[in-house]
Amino acid sequence: MGVEVVIEGLTKSFGRQTVWRDVSLSLPAGEVSVMLGPSGTGKTVFLKSLVGLLKPDRGRVLVDGVDIVACSERRLYEVRKLFGVMFQDGALFGSLNLYDNIAFPLREHTRKTEGEIRSIVLEKMEMVGLGGDERKVPGEISGGMRKRAGLARALVLDPQIILCDEPDSGLDPVRTAYLSQLLIDLNAEIDATMLIVTHDIQIARTVPDNIGMLFRGGLITFGPREALLTSDHPVITQFVNGRRAGPIGMSEEKDQALAARELAQHTAVALPPLAPQLEPSPGMPDRQAVQRRRDRVMGMLHTLSEPAQQAILDSLTPAERARYAPPLCPPGYGDRQAGS
Amino acid sequence: MTSGDQPARPGLGALRQTGLLFGLAASVLRLTFRRPFQARELIEQFWFIASVTILPSALVSIPFGAVIALQVGSLAQQLGAESFTGGASVLAVVQQASPLIVALLIAGAGGSAICADIGARTIREEMQAMEVMGVSPIQRLIVPRVLAAMGVAVLLNGLVSVVGVLGGYFFNVIVQHGTPGAYLSSFSALAQLPDLYVSELKALIFGFIAAIVAAHRGLNPRPGPKGVGDAVNQSVVIAFLLLFFVNLVITAIYLQIVPAKGS
Repeated sequence: MGVEVVIEGLTKSFGRQTVWRDVSLSLPAGEVSVMLGPSGTGKTVFLKSLVGLLKPDRGRVLVDGVDIVACSERRLYEVRKLFGVMFQDGALFGSLNLYDNIAFPLREHTRKTEGEIRSIVLEKMEMVGLGGDERKVPGEISGGMRKRAGLARALVLDPQIILCDEPDSGLDPVRTAYLSQLLIDLNAEIDATMLIVTHDIQIARTVPDNIGMLFRGGLITFGPREALLTSDHPVITQFVNGRRAGPIGMSEEKDQALAARELAQHTAVALPPLAPQLEPSPGMPDRQAVQRRRDRVMGMLHTLSEPAQQAILDSLTPAERARYAPPLCPPGYGDRQAGS
Repeated sequence: MTSGDQPARPGLGALRQTGLLFGLAASVLRLTFRRPFQARELIEQFWFIASVTILPSALVSIPFGAVIALQVGSLAQQLGAESFTGGASVLAVVQQASPLIVALLIAGAGGSAICADIGARTIREEMQAMEVMGVSPIQRLIVPRVLAAMGVAVLLNGLVSVVGVLGGYFFNVIVQHGTPGAYLSSFSALAQLPDLYVSELKALIFGFIAAIVAAHRGLNPRPGPKGVGDAVNQSVVIAFLLLFFVNLVITAIYLQIVPAKGS
């Protein structure tokens, strides 16, 4: 099972410019989380801070009980072996072919024989759809292939935490859908904690268990997918609907007058109906995170907004509703369902 | 790798870079003795740096030895000390010219190649990818390059000394009609083994400095391809400045502590 990542009061700035301040959230163990945000809000900086590539000004990042902001370099290198990171354009080693790239972590960190390495590497390459491309070098393949090779390399050491930096950028919608399915299957298979940084709405609506959003130098919200996807927060509705009307501007934020004028012109638009979350492909094991998450979410149900509660309760099967029934479900909920 | 910060006041940026440079040098020294040792990378880099420096240094050292021989020869002729031409020019070649030629080539040919390679990898995020895979780029990539540059510099210094002395001998004996016997006897009258030792020590230190500077600039380029180009340029210039200064210091110390032969 993956490990929980707890982030407390994280603040990062470059010179005088603050990227984001006081970000606190926890990535629940084994669940898939997505961090949304318009371009330039520091999503990649956030992801790099989680693995200690960038040093935040303040705050803590606890991975498996180790604060990677403050721990020694040697400890940091140990903790990093828990991570598999997929960089925005793959970050493959240009001097090595795909096979050697993907075999690199195995050769550095394990004492496996070439034969064992070969079988692992070929399996992961098959998994991301790169079978037969072992001898190609990163310079002669497309961006999408580099991304998938980067993912395969992130997976060879069976990481407990997988971080993906914009897995969708540069991919067509069909490949993005395949990749989404791949990530869910992966989660079902190895039960790793996953964080996907993206601005792709399709991924945000169908893949994660939890969604967060960064905007204007801070974390707007982080919580179960139902909470964000039913939210009426203006930034979230604007972003998820991909509209111009709202607080998000072309550069970063717009001034209030312009925002108000636009709001007057456009009628408010509700969020699209909640899309069902992706299931693992047939033949894959069930995702163990689903049950854990359901218990967790039902425990915090009373803290969520009315529509989010409704959406969560709607997603339960009758048996589950009975299991959580008296204390957690609002009285009369089952009757209303039966009557409608 | 947060060198994007603007220095608050002039001079602070330079001071910070100096600190980072020394920090990198210290990490390289520390990680040299950390297992696993990257033997394969070392051999590859050794071969690479040798292959880009051997021919140019041999070609540079022949005219260099010749120039010194001609200059010293004509000066010695005016003073009536022709018989010491050999010794003087050999000392100049072995102690000064040879380590400096090595410095120029290691920094100019080897260092620029190291800096360009590391810089290109840095902007492609390869270094960060390596770090998150739990592999230290300094240990994996920089240490073998620094050791290779030091090793090549020492061997190259031997080559340049020999070629330079032969060039000097050729011009002194053939062109200026000096006597071979006087050349060789003044050689052994003035030169001593510590001259060679200090020459090799200089080469070793120059190789270290050139590689550290190249790696430091390569690890901290400004973003984008232009940043790498600028970094290579800076690395060569900074390495030259440092090497000539260090050469001055070592020479001054050497002349103080090692007595000249016969005195």
